[in-house]
Amino acid sequence: MLSSKASCNSHGQDSSYFLGWQLYENNPFHEVENPTGIIQMGLAENQLSFDLVESWLRKNPDVMELKKGGESVFRELAFFQDYHGLPTFKNELVEYMAKIRGNKVKFDPNNLVLAAGATSANETLIFCLADPGEAILLPTPYYPGFDRDLKWRTGVEIVPVHCWSSNGFRITMFALEEAYERAQKLNLKVKGVLITNPSNPLGTTMTKEELDHLITFAVAKNIHVISDEVFSGTVFDSPGFISILEAAMDRNLENTDVWSRIHIVYSLSKDLGLPGFRVGMIYSNNKTVVGASTKMSSFGLVSSQTQYLLTNVLASKRFTSKYMKENQKRLKKRKEMLVSGLKKSGIECLKSNAGLFCWVDMRHLLSSNTLEAETKLWNQMVCDVGLNISPGSSFHCSEPGWFRVCFANMSRGTLQVAMRRIKDFVERSNFMGRIKMNYQQNMSSLSRKLLSNWVRKLSSPDPNEHER
Amino acid sequence: MVAISKIATGNGHGEDSPYFDGWKAYETNPFHPIDRPDGVIQMGLAENQLCFNFIKKWVMEHPEASLCSAEGVNKFKETALFQDYHGMPEFREAVAKFMGKVRGGRVKFDPDRIVMSGGATGAHEMVAFCLADPGEAFLVPTPYYPGFDRDLSWRTGVELVPVVCESSNNFKITRAALEAAYEKAKEANLRVKGLLITNPSNPLGTILDQDTLKGIVKFINEKNIHLIGDEIYAATVFMEPEFVSISEIIEEVECNRDLTHIVYSLSKDMGFPGFRVGIVYSYNDAVVSCARKMSSFGLVSSQTQHLIAKMLSDDDFVDRFIVESKEQLLKRHKYFTLSLSQVGIGSLKSNAGLFIWMDLRKLLKEKTFDAEMDLWRVIINEVKLNVSPGSSFHCDEPGWFRVCFANMDDNTMEVALLRITTFMHKHNEAMVPRKLCRRASLKLSLSRRRDDFMSPNMMSPHSPIPQSPLVRART
Repeated sequence: MLSSKASCNSHGQDSSYFLGWQLYENNPFHEVENPTGIIQMGLAENQLSFDLVESWLRKNPDVMELKKGGESVFRELAFFQDYHGLPTFKNELVEYMAKIRGNKVKFDPNNLVLAAGATSANETLIFCLADPGEAILLPTPYYPGFDRDLKWRTGVEIVPVHCWSSNGFRITMFALEEAYERAQKLNLKVKGVLITNPSNPLGTTMTKEELDHLITFAVAKNIHVISDEVFSGTVFDSPGFISILEAAMDRNLENTDVWSRIHIVYSLSKDLGLPGFRVGMIYSNNKTVVGASTKMSSFGLVSSQTQYLLTNVLASKRFTSKYMKENQKRLKKRKEMLVSGLKKSGIECLKSNAGLFCWVDMRHLLSSNTLEAETKLWNQMVCDVGLNISPGSSFHCSEPGWFRVCFANMSRGTLQVAMRRIKDFVERSNFMGRIKMNYQQNMSSLSRKLLSNWVRKLSSPDPNEHER
Repeated sequence: MVAISKIATGNGHGEDSPYFDGWKAYETNPFHPIDRPDGVIQMGLAENQLCFNFIKKWVMEHPEASLCSAEGVNKFKETALFQDYHGMPEFREAVAKFMGKVRGGRVKFDPDRIVMSGGATGAHEMVAFCLADPGEAFLVPTPYYPGFDRDLSWRTGVELVPVVCESSNNFKITRAALEAAYEKAKEANLRVKGLLITNPSNPLGTILDQDTLKGIVKFINEKNIHLIGDEIYAATVFMEPEFVSISEIIEEVECNRDLTHIVYSLSKDMGFPGFRVGIVYSYNDAVVSCARKMSSFGLVSSQTQHLIAKMLSDDDFVDRFIVESKEQLLKRHKYFTLSLSQVGIGSLKSNAGLFIWMDLRKLLKEKTFDAEMDLWRVIINEVKLNVSPGSSFHCDEPGWFRVCFANMDDNTMEVALLRITTFMHKHNEAMVPRKLCRRASLKLSLSRRRDDFMSPNMMSPHSPIPQSPLVRART
């Protein structure tokens, strides 16, 4: 009756990633009204720097009531539906993107295509680069939404590139080759590799080495590279952020084939904390891709009202510089609060320098090194401890026991409550663990005694033997 | 060089149609009363610009509706964070209420069935993805909006099979036409999944009467196929007979409601195409659920949801707007069609929409589409009006043109009429009504209002050359 897309579950919403959100929605934590509710740590949002934007808005009367130089531009905005986007907005966006990259890369606004959030940008790019049944390689662990964004309506397959904790989940040439071969065996034509840099869920920026591997691989296999750089503005610590374009420029690849096969996806949802405004974009040096994706953007244009507001915000260079610096400072502090809080409970995190979350190692808390044990622990965390953290399996992590924990979408107070809850949980688990262990140890020495007595009795014919 | 996708390199985007060529012609030489009085006047863009001052007044009087004002900024954070694909409850309630009012309060809409999309463009594609698989088909009565070829087919792989409607009975959708199209699809081995109707019609500007609608509902029930009602022009019905929505018909006719879906938008009724407010309203729970997940690809900006929620929940404003809009459209329609008839140009009798379906069959050298294209080129290049040729709407018969009248101010309208009059005079060697000429030239000499700068240079959506008035230096 309906399409197979409507009846299948490729939308990916049955993943524990989204189930956790639902559980949170049914019982959301509130400091006063619901202090025993579930704390949302599964949503990578940046709520730390809103006061800065609000104060800018208060100080800028021109943007108020959609005025420009004293006259209302409401009417022009209401009619503006050109899929090329507001030119001034794109000019500001490319400048902002360059700023984030330390001005080491320059962007041409004519190569920028607006989309309704990175969700739409990623889907559109896949529609442009691959036909149904073809494949994209994706290093694990990766953002669960990709299963929907890249596959659902496009009919394109994802082939994971397995990364391991043994080397900090870094992407190796070996892993890329292995994934490519696996795709070939499945008769899947690989059209590209998609990376998220900085990584979600790892919170790390890619090394120059990794980027070089990717570029070399893309050249050798004649495939596209999509770099999802939505977290590029959240890099709060060294090493700094290197964009794929910068890595390609360092190798003087601007006039080669691969230059037109490198595409960037960006958004203002993470860096500026504005997910509700649906501002995403595709950047490509490939004219055909720019042309096709521009036409496709008709299906999800950015509201002109929003384009206008953000043009004005980004045009204020002093504000953006101040915001970037302050935002990074706050993210770093908050991340350190999470890391040290977890450390007190004997839990380590992957060393990270970016993102709105930490990749937390809870392998030692698993009853066994299995997916089932991870799921069991996750259930306990959400339902008993009351923290919606996201299990590594929902990110297609190849090893059980890792969890993504977000830290930038709540107040300090709430994070402190979360840390306390984890500590209590771990202590309880340790206590119970000790009792269990002691019990097992005691039991084993007792049984040993019983057994040797019994053996002695059996082997002695003289009833009075035991007195010897 | 590795290939990109077939979708990207093909021409399923439909932009090679003369519908869009006309816009390009306009973009290279747009009319402006002072700077470019000989430029092309845009009459190929169905936009509603007649009620703007009315809306602007509301916006000025309600600063709390803008996040950027002192009154609204305290809502900034929660709005900026709001990305829930269910949409803001107040937004859905306000839209549901508005849809009900536009239908004279005869139907109530459930806010929980309202799903957001990136304009009606996004809504149509989303509905196609939900209802049909690649290779399956929708029936669409002709003539139909050229954008459907892109919206319903391009990325979905769904085929469109025309239901041919003819001028001999005013392009009515007959049972015979529906059956013929269904059979044709069957012969081509296409599984028909649904029927898409646009009511009020684009490009006809007419509404479907009760009998036709009931017949359509019976047809889709018998064939067990979906009915998608594109009702984006619902509030542009400016004259009797009254608009009847499929939401009303399904209350009266025995039918499977799971087959019924409505596409709506604020782009035409309110004149807000830039804000990208598209809606899918389905009576089928599974479709609502699926569409909601898909809406992630084209959610309405929360900033816009906030504004629309405030605006459309102002009952007094909405009631007055609906009345005012109809009055302005009626006035413009009447004046335009009367002026055309005075020079011997007829059009399909219409009572809705932002355009007329102009009958230029007698101007064709021969009854062919080539002749229609020749005439169209004359109209663009010599008369300097961008009108849209019927063939781009898949009309079965050459000689019809869609001409938009609501996207310009009175002065520009006069200039357009003057040009048409002059052209007809030359063509027919008939007398041009003197009164019309004098009045037209008088109006041109009036001092310019600010609006005169803006309206002729409105951006059309698919132009290769951006010329937004927002770009031109005002400082």
